[in-house]
Amino acid sequence: MSVLLIAEHNNKEVKPFTLNAITAASQINDDLHVLVIGKNADPVAKSLSEVPNVKKVIHVDNDIYENYIAENYTPVILKQAENYSHIVCSANTFGKNLMPRIAALLDTSQVSDIIKVISEDTFLRPIYAGNAFATVKSTDKKKCVTIRPTSFDPAPTSGGSAEIVKGENTDPSQNTKFVKKEEIKSDRPELGTARIVISGGRGMQSGENFKLITAIADKLNAAIGASRAAVDAGYITNDHQVGQTGKVVVPDLYIAVGISGAIQHLAGMKESKVIVAINKDGEAPIFSVADYGLEADLFDALPKFLEELNKLNTIQK
Amino acid sequence: MKIIVAVKRVIDYNVQIRVKEDGSGVVTDNVKMSTNPPDDNAVEEAVKIKESGKAKEIVAVTVGEEKAQETVRKALAVGADRGILVKAPGTIEPLAVAKILQKIVEKEKPDLVFMGKQAIDDDCNQTGQMLAAILNWPQATFASKIDVKENVLEVTREVDEGLETIEVKIPSIVTCDLRLNEPRYASLPNIMKAKKKPLEQIDASELGIDIKPRIEQIKVEEPPKRKAGIKVSSVEELVQKLKNEAKVI
Repeated sequence: MSVLLIAEHNNKEVKPFTLNAITAASQINDDLHVLVIGKNADPVAKSLSEVPNVKKVIHVDNDIYENYIAENYTPVILKQAENYSHIVCSANTFGKNLMPRIAALLDTSQVSDIIKVISEDTFLRPIYAGNAFATVKSTDKKKCVTIRPTSFDPAPTSGGSAEIVKGENTDPSQNTKFVKKEEIKSDRPELGTARIVISGGRGMQSGENFKLITAIADKLNAAIGASRAAVDAGYITNDHQVGQTGKVVVPDLYIAVGISGAIQHLAGMKESKVIVAINKDGEAPIFSVADYGLEADLFDALPKFLEELNKLNTIQK
Repeated sequence: MKIIVAVKRVIDYNVQIRVKEDGSGVVTDNVKMSTNPPDDNAVEEAVKIKESGKAKEIVAVTVGEEKAQETVRKALAVGADRGILVKAPGTIEPLAVAKILQKIVEKEKPDLVFMGKQAIDDDCNQTGQMLAAILNWPQATFASKIDVKENVLEVTREVDEGLETIEVKIPSIVTCDLRLNEPRYASLPNIMKAKKKPLEQIDASELGIDIKPRIEQIKVEEPPKRKAGIKVSSVEELVQKLKNEAKVI
């Protein structure tokens, strides 16, 4: 049978993680259909129809789907579910909120946050914040799966021409009302998808000192991250937090500055391709995962780092 | 108003877990156990609501083996009024926990059910949403702020893009983020008092629901180890390595 993926979007554009989830979903079964639920979301349906991995787009459009409310999405998905063996979506706050609601009503035990598709019913997933990997096999007839987006490459976005069919909407929930969304606007790349991330920890000593990090982030076009300790100390807002309770990032380059490397932080960044640690404590656990460790006082090292970067003729961005 | 808080006993978050050699799971013998951290936030929030006069009773519930009652006792020590231990052996998946909690909700008729957004052992992040689904209640997940209003809750949620605020009618389910509040410590006198608070024990098998696992755990293994890197002696060397060796800048 086929796989149904629930798309995340803002009614205009597909959210990037949906493309990563598409890659995983088409590894489960290549007859992949995508469900777009939104308000005036035609551009989203159209762009998904151009993704070569997608065989069909089902588009359900109504004013009630302007904002994403799990209680409104769920009945639409359940209506489609009987035709599919798998219902999948990305394991970010969108999918984490939505999928268990669907799974419970299908009486299915959900498989959360997979990082590898082994077969149609068997998956690899991290447990204990990534300190162990479990291979699990779902025995439910219908499978509900969420996908860790950073473990899969994004699917190509052009070359396909899937058909777009309209699906039926259902009645809105009377019990849940959207009030507002405060998006954090930034000119920088988004933390979850940036190619380079530079993060500060408690060693930064103050929020003011994060300007040393900002200057390097500007130079490298990097996203700014932080450890939980830095967030708890009030140096920086919590949307920057990398770790088990923050965001999981997998950039090409991760630079950890003044971060000791608590288990909870490592869980959020240790899959990065290249890791740099700058810390004055040579025994800090962060060095055990760093490709390049520099034992130095960050207040000397960061200005020098910027200076050296300025000397380079070219910087990949 | 009556609030149920669901709590789970897990390996303490400071413990570096070890995978069993036979691949059957992780070592739990002689390992420090604690309440799942965001469940502490859920208990704290319920207690704060009670202290504000908006709730009358808090019932702490857990599902698990006999020892899981420690987790309920801890909730009682910081302000829950009574506890329920639903005894169930072995692995109980989130769907089964949700079904057990549904039975407790039908019996206790609370106005709100709070719990942590995710357990730090299986990292599933499912139980609250599943309970909301099978009760047909609204769900407010990943809550970092809760305002109790007339018949509704206004909840600020931590989402990837920032913060989202929704309003859910009571009765409702809230799953709590670590940023919701700062859980208090239990004082020694309160720990002593908690020992006298009622703690009911129910056997899951008496509830008439199927709680058998649906997911087969084939093996548990250590994640691939990262190759140890090198120490560089200067910033100049670091930049040179990043440029010419790693080729990332």
